[in-house]
Amino acid sequence: MTDLSSVRRELRREQRSLRVHRFFRNRQAVLGACIVLLMLVVAVFAPLLAPADPLAQTVSNRFAKPGTAGYLLGADKLGRDLLSRIIYGARVSMTVGLSVGLSSMLIGMTVGLYACYYRVLDSILMRICDGLSAIPSTLLAIALMAVLGPSTFNVILALSIVYIPRMARISRSAALVVKEQTYIEALRSQGASATRIIWRHIAPNILSAVVVQASYNFANSIITEAALSFLGVGVPAPQPSWGNILSEGREVITKAWWMVVYPGLATAIAVMGTNIFGDGLRDILDPHTN
Amino acid sequence: MHKYILKRLLSLIPVLFVVSLAIFLLIHLVPGDPAAAILGEQATQDQIDALRETLGLNEPLILQYLHWLGGLFRGDWGTSLFMDGTMLEIIGSHMIPTLQQTLVAVSFAALIGVPLGMLAAIRRGGLTDRLVSGFSTIGVSMPSFLMGLGLVLLFSVKLRWLPSSGYKEISSVGFGKHFRYMLLPGIALGFIEMGLIIRMTRSAMLEILDADYMRMAKAKGVSRTRMFMKHALKNALVGILTVVGLSFISCLGGAAVTEAIFNLPGIGKLTLNAVMRRDYEVVQAVVLMVSLLNVLCTLVLDLLYALVDPRVRLN
Repeated sequence: MTDLSSVRRELRREQRSLRVHRFFRNRQAVLGACIVLLMLVVAVFAPLLAPADPLAQTVSNRFAKPGTAGYLLGADKLGRDLLSRIIYGARVSMTVGLSVGLSSMLIGMTVGLYACYYRVLDSILMRICDGLSAIPSTLLAIALMAVLGPSTFNVILALSIVYIPRMARISRSAALVVKEQTYIEALRSQGASATRIIWRHIAPNILSAVVVQASYNFANSIITEAALSFLGVGVPAPQPSWGNILSEGREVITKAWWMVVYPGLATAIAVMGTNIFGDGLRDILDPHTN
Repeated sequence: MHKYILKRLLSLIPVLFVVSLAIFLLIHLVPGDPAAAILGEQATQDQIDALRETLGLNEPLILQYLHWLGGLFRGDWGTSLFMDGTMLEIIGSHMIPTLQQTLVAVSFAALIGVPLGMLAAIRRGGLTDRLVSGFSTIGVSMPSFLMGLGLVLLFSVKLRWLPSSGYKEISSVGFGKHFRYMLLPGIALGFIEMGLIIRMTRSAMLEILDADYMRMAKAKGVSRTRMFMKHALKNALVGILTVVGLSFISCLGGAAVTEAIFNLPGIGKLTLNAVMRRDYEVVQAVVLMVSLLNVLCTLVLDLLYALVDPRVRLN
């Protein structure tokens, strides 16, 4: 027995190092990972990195041009430092992205796993998922925010509701394939409990498909949070989010281009980074889907 | 085929049920009393009670749902607190700018996306393929509000070629001027779809280029142009059309963002205004309408798919 498990460990380690190797050979994926890591660092250390308080107003410096002393990227209509606001905005994006990515992963996977195992549950849960995914995601998010009211927590709640159905579908179809394997049948005939089979034997085998989808949810929720805040139904002012900075920038686009260009660049780089990171993850973990 | 159509139609029932139930329950997600939330802080208890009565909030939930559903079938989609006319009239009049914008967006996405995707597939692995794939990654990573703001900054503020916002009806200013106002919102809305269409076209083409009959055609000495245009494109077309059809729906749902940037009086703008004024019935009606269009569109695509490809309906 010890022999077998040590061989298995060895195999697993080899497989992992192969994956790591493949990841580092994929330059795009490495670039994406660097961008995601950089954003996480900026988000966590925002108070140390930001040169000024993102909420401090200096009315005499309204619309200070980029490069003005103390305003590397310029100032907004209340004389707040744009760079500091963008740095703190990364916090909102990362909080929303990670929370939605994780919550949609945990709940969606649970739903998908139980749906694959119990037929009655399957038809009910999947009809609910089909129905919810028939509502276009941007509109559903806006409608949910309309009734919940603007706040960061509600953005997370609304986006999780939007992204759970697809995650559930993907986990279910991955789990159905695993469930048909002979070893699951063997476990069942030995009298293993459903919970044990689902969590110990099916769940680990669908993890790669789930993680890949979670990374896309992460990227999409950053986009949608920015869009909701841009529309005024997401993260409320004065708390800085890239979306609501852009929305203020829209008002003054003719005289303060920096209010649009810099937060826009931050959003574009973040989204592109998370997207190519997701593509890279897919190439490593789930090569058949490409 | 008849059997497939019937099966597909029956499968719509649970979807529509869940959609309607979810949208109906939306108003009950309002924290506290929806009537109090709509009226604001200055409302008296009498006003709140009166509104609860008009909204039918005092009935049991199941009766409320059935009444609401019955209303939908009779063409009574609710009433707006701020706008005159029936709900269907309100939605109808706001639907026109959204549809026009969506049309520009989807045409832009398909006209650029399909040829580029094919090109990338034909030149697989080469420099062109990598450039096009990079471009499509930028496309799918470019949310419409960023693209919209960028386009305004470049073409309206800097170059002054196109108007930065507003809407002009075809009937009053003619097609040319109308189109000038629609061009930027259309491109902003369609850009992300273009990225998706490039990706899907490329992978659909690649799959077919790998097929045995393509190797056979090559062995037979069919010319390259004929091989790509007749054998490959024709077979890839079904998949490509599906993506284009689906992008139509995404545009319809995503129009809220571009309509806010470009100040277009479409259904997205209608929804946002309703959200700001807590005119919940309008929000419900618009979301329901777009979801119905989505379901209908998917149905048509599926049926077309089954018509073209017998394997679908036999499965």
